[in-house]
Amino acid sequence: MSVLVYTESEQGAFKKVAFEVASYAKAVANLLGTTVTAVAINTKNTSALSAYGVDKVLNVTHANLDKFNASAYAAVIDQATKKEASSVVILSSSADSKYLAPLLAINLHAGYASNVMAAPTSTNPFMVKRTAFTNKAFETIQINTDIKIIGVSNNSFGLVENSGTATVEDFAPTVPELGVTVESVDKASDKVSIADAEIVVSAGRGLKGPENWGMIEELADVLGAATACSKPVSDLGWRPHGEHVGQTGKPVASNLYIAVGISGAIQHLAGINASKVKVVINTDPEAPFFKAADYGVVGDAFQVIPELIEKLKTFKAQQ
Amino acid sequence: MKILVCISHVPDTTSKINFSENNTKFDTSGVQFVINPNDEFGLTRAMWFKEKQGASVTVINVGGTETEPTLRKALAIGADEAIRINTPATDGFSVATQLAHVIKSGGYDLIIAGRESIDYNGGMVPGMLAGLINANFVNNCISLEVDGNAVKAIREIDGGKESVATALPLVIGGQKGLVEESDLRIPNMRGIMMARKKPLNIIEPIETGAETTSVSFEKPTPKGAVTLVSSDNLDELVNLLHNEAKVI
Repeated sequence: MSVLVYTESEQGAFKKVAFEVASYAKAVANLLGTTVTAVAINTKNTSALSAYGVDKVLNVTHANLDKFNASAYAAVIDQATKKEASSVVILSSSADSKYLAPLLAINLHAGYASNVMAAPTSTNPFMVKRTAFTNKAFETIQINTDIKIIGVSNNSFGLVENSGTATVEDFAPTVPELGVTVESVDKASDKVSIADAEIVVSAGRGLKGPENWGMIEELADVLGAATACSKPVSDLGWRPHGEHVGQTGKPVASNLYIAVGISGAIQHLAGINASKVKVVINTDPEAPFFKAADYGVVGDAFQVIPELIEKLKTFKAQQ
Repeated sequence: MKILVCISHVPDTTSKINFSENNTKFDTSGVQFVINPNDEFGLTRAMWFKEKQGASVTVINVGGTETEPTLRKALAIGADEAIRINTPATDGFSVATQLAHVIKSGGYDLIIAGRESIDYNGGMVPGMLAGLINANFVNNCISLEVDGNAVKAIREIDGGKESVATALPLVIGGQKGLVEESDLRIPNMRGIMMARKKPLNIIEPIETGAETTSVSFEKPTPKGAVTLVSSDNLDELVNLLHNEAKVI
């Protein structure tokens, strides 16, 4: 009856979202009066999970699981859910978890709620609040099935420490043949992704051309941030599509979102609305983005950004 | 190759979002509906397969008569025929179940859906559909090539992309990148005239339950006023971000 949580790793080490979903799973387990079991796949050391309330780890090691595969990973979590007789399965909102979740839902005949932003408001009936209409609204939904799958919105629940000791059990599920095989992965290993970033620095057409992105990258570097861009910038080919944030691009749920030279179209604002603190830098004091911002600077990015970089470097040096 | 493109009928991206009936229903008054953008990228890619590889393209939607203009628009863009499953779209599972039933008898090789609809953002129909019909599945698909039965696709991952090989029958969850924004087609007069003559078949739904029920909606609380910092005083911005917002 344990609450089951899939704790994602990358190259053998847990991703930060693993600890957030573990924290969430612990909150659900408290509501249900039960324990938390984590599934870890090809993870070198699972001891870090103890600090987030995990009671037991099912440790899966299999050569065919080295690269992420949605149906194979769904099959592993499916078997773990049945082994633990779990009625609630917790996943993150990473691209991989969102890929496997609907497959798992079909396997388990489970109702699935994605983009869930808080602990269940009720467990009988089982109700959760999620974001909908690209963050323009929240929706409370009831899950009617025996097994429930919850996809937790990144950076919505946060990390909650719960000291304890997790027991580790080796688990050897059947791994199905793969219908989709990975041929190559193209990922900058030295850059933080928008999904994982705590700070995102984003720029728009106000930068006038792709040759001016050096200062945006430098600002991101100083802050340890991911870089992003507005839709027109990605449509013009100034920046790769993967950086486009907004309604038809990626959602952003960072702690800090800095928008430079972005006027703030409704579709862009929707996509970044889940970010906690927004800073807008724009020459036009009438830019709609100022109405959605926490802090604003009316000024020319070409003057403000280099100066802000220097101020931040000084600040970082003092820390 | 027989292609089925799943079309969601959604409020235009600029729509103001309001709710009616004591915050339990989306208020459609004054709202312009469009083809879900993620589906439109897929539909446009399907047109490429039709024109270059002789594929047939059927579009399908689960919904009432109010969704027909959206299907007609897809026909005007160039799809050969349309199917409407005559029942309101409730949850992702019931929509996927209705679609799966039609697909099993239709013999489709490639099913193109959007990675999510921009209204409910469930992101579950393509994957559930793949699970129900036991087809291969590529989500967040940003490039798709088909040669006979063999498929090469690119999937967007967090912080990069991944090239995969797979085979038909296949379901994809598509998005921008399948085609560029500038490749999207605005129906011309000839397309609109032809769309009126193309078949739009109405199929009655099968019996299926919903796994989830929408209970209520709410809107985020309005934001307080912005704190403006002078561009001559960026030390103050750093100070506010550190001491007040506590984000750096």
